[in-house]
Amino acid sequence: MSILFRNEELRNLSLSGHVGFDSLPDQLVNKSTSQGFCFNILCVGETGIGKSTLMDTLFNTKFESDPATHNEPGVRLKARSYELQESNVRLKLTIVDTVGFGDQINKDDSYKPIVEYIDAQFEAYLQEELKIKRSLFNYHDTRIHACLYFIAPTGHSLKSLDLVTMKKLDSKVNIIPIIAKADTIAKNELHKFKSKIMSELVSNGVQIYQFPTDEETVAEINATMSVHLPFAVVGSTEEVKIGNKMAKARQYPWGVVQVENENHCDFVKLREMLIRVNMEDLREQTHTRHYELYRRCKLEEMGFKDTDPDSKPFSLQETYEAKRNEFLGELQKKEEEMRQMFVMRVKEKEAELKEAEKELHEKFDLLKRTHQEEKKKVEDKKKELEEEVNNFQKKKAAAQLLQSQAQQSGAQQTKKDKDKKNASFT
Amino acid sequence: MSKGLPETRTDAAMSELVPEPRPKPAVPMKPIGINPNLLGYIGIDTIIEQMRKKTMKTGFDFNIMVVGQSGLGKSTLVNTLFKSQVSRKASSWNREEKIPKTVEIKAIGHVIEEGGVKMKLTVIDTPGFGDQINNENCWEPIEKYINEQYEKFLKEEVNIARKKRIPDTRVHCCLYFISPTGHSLRPLDLEFMKHLSKVVNIIPVIAKADTMTLEEKSEFKQRVRKELEVNGIEFYPQKEFDEDLEDKTENDKIRESMPFAVVGSDKEYQVNGKRVLGRKTPWGIIEVENLNHCEFALLRDFVIRTHLQDLKEVTHNIHYETYRAKRLNDNGGLPPGEGLLGTVLPPVPATPCPTAE
Repeated sequence: MSILFRNEELRNLSLSGHVGFDSLPDQLVNKSTSQGFCFNILCVGETGIGKSTLMDTLFNTKFESDPATHNEPGVRLKARSYELQESNVRLKLTIVDTVGFGDQINKDDSYKPIVEYIDAQFEAYLQEELKIKRSLFNYHDTRIHACLYFIAPTGHSLKSLDLVTMKKLDSKVNIIPIIAKADTIAKNELHKFKSKIMSELVSNGVQIYQFPTDEETVAEINATMSVHLPFAVVGSTEEVKIGNKMAKARQYPWGVVQVENENHCDFVKLREMLIRVNMEDLREQTHTRHYELYRRCKLEEMGFKDTDPDSKPFSLQETYEAKRNEFLGELQKKEEEMRQMFVMRVKEKEAELKEAEKELHEKFDLLKRTHQEEKKKVEDKKKELEEEVNNFQKKKAAAQLLQSQAQQSGAQQTKKDKDKKNASFT
Repeated sequence: MSKGLPETRTDAAMSELVPEPRPKPAVPMKPIGINPNLLGYIGIDTIIEQMRKKTMKTGFDFNIMVVGQSGLGKSTLVNTLFKSQVSRKASSWNREEKIPKTVEIKAIGHVIEEGGVKMKLTVIDTPGFGDQINNENCWEPIEKYINEQYEKFLKEEVNIARKKRIPDTRVHCCLYFISPTGHSLRPLDLEFMKHLSKVVNIIPVIAKADTMTLEEKSEFKQRVRKELEVNGIEFYPQKEFDEDLEDKTENDKIRESMPFAVVGSDKEYQVNGKRVLGRKTPWGIIEVENLNHCEFALLRDFVIRTHLQDLKEVTHNIHYETYRAKRLNDNGGLPPGEGLLGTVLPPVPATPCPTAE
């Protein structure tokens, strides 16, 4: 059988009429719409910096939660899922919060739970992908697509905790740095602050998420927005009357900070970038870059290697086979050991039991003997008793005889006496 | 306003004395439905546009295979479907040189574009199928080719360093051409479809349908459907993959009218002032795209305009997964459901208890 695959001849053909496959993107999108989309955001920032409020503001809703205290012993991650719907699009949104970040005295390990959480989501996906019977198309994707890193509005520079954490996260997740509570910084200071932050990130080699500029329709808007990084945001779920409309804002004695006013803060830019322009790209980057990197490292760690083209195929499976055989071999060894130990123990126990049995036998014999002796004694005594009884009976009989003799003779005597008497009378 | 369910957490001990417990992956709890339409526009629905833009940029692959005896009009039909010369017809039939000894597989790729959508179309032809005197096992090369494409994809997927986009050469759709005898299916047809309906999406079509009248057509179709059902052959759209009621009703309608009786042509004629594709005969012009004349338009709409993506998805999510599962099972002897990283140990055989004496 011959297969002719003329790949080089991939020429462009022109169509002589309307075929209809231009509906293909629609077909694809319809499928995805019916399944729904997943989007997972991780918010990293100190307690009280405004993470929950910002999420509420971004998604126009109140995600119920109690504000965290500052007394957490360590950093822990809290994940919550919500299902949002807009027109016919269903979104499964998961917001992961870092509770207790930045509160401890010793913050050396603060980044660890975050990294572990992100890795755990990759791991879960990897496990599903490696299964034999898998169902990836309706897998609920929990991998983090975007990490919003909240920078405290000190006005000076990044904290060392920020740098360390971001450095640890930049190869695992798309980081979007934002300046929280931006209404505490004045406009001129803000500009300096932003440049300082960006230069610090660059000099420390922190890779933040780059808004994609390869596609013409979004290149322009992404390029203009990138200039404003990190976005200085203000969050608020309260509405204040401005002019004749109600708008989300924060009311101060000296004025009103409007959340959706681009002169006041960059909230609108964040929303544009995060949701309205690049949500799909964030998801794609997570899958094709961060997840692939994790997968590669994990598999290499486990000892798998890609074989070169002329080796046999299915390297993963064969390496696995080898490992499995090794593992089974070890298992067999262990089994042997256990079996031997078991046999030894059984022998010991047998010996013990035999000993015990012997003892028991001896005891039994002893008891028997004692019993015999006792019996004999009793018999002897019985004999003695019988003898005595016999003797006694004899004596009794003899005594009775004597008595009866005595009586007879007595009776005779009395009779003689009586006769004598009677005779004397006559 | 619904309240969020209690959260799941990942704990981490801060003390250096106690080793950090492995955090449980935070499994999101059952999501709460919140409809924010009342509160203001967020912009979630823009993801559709974003997705559409991305897919248009990357383009699509589609691989269609045509199977049937020579002369049934396979190439013509494919050219008519895609309105271009994607398939070169077997030129003048020279007996000595044209009959291949075995079934050949010829795959030819083209790039076509419409409305900004780029598609890499590959037509896989199978000359020689059913043309020999002894046609035993002539489906084997075809089955082998299909499985080889799955194997290629699997190898790429299993690599440590994977390509960003794995080239997809798997057969998404197989058009099987039934000879319009008017009676019933031939044993070869049944054998082929029986073997291959489990590995690929088969769409049976009745070729050269202009040889049958309307009544003959509908009777033939009914008989064919019946025979396929009796033999347990599930053609695309398979009943078992209907996802919901909506799918089922839509697909039921399609299944009722399959196999489509088609006529192909790449010549245009003037009919009623319009130029239409058709076949000119002494007794009239058969218009290819006229639903009264033949069902070509139905086939085209079905395969290209509504179910193209679904064909690809069924191939990827079901046929490919079946192949992969079987392959991994055979190779590793692992029980189904367990993967590399979560092996279940084989049970330690119970050692017989030595009896106490």
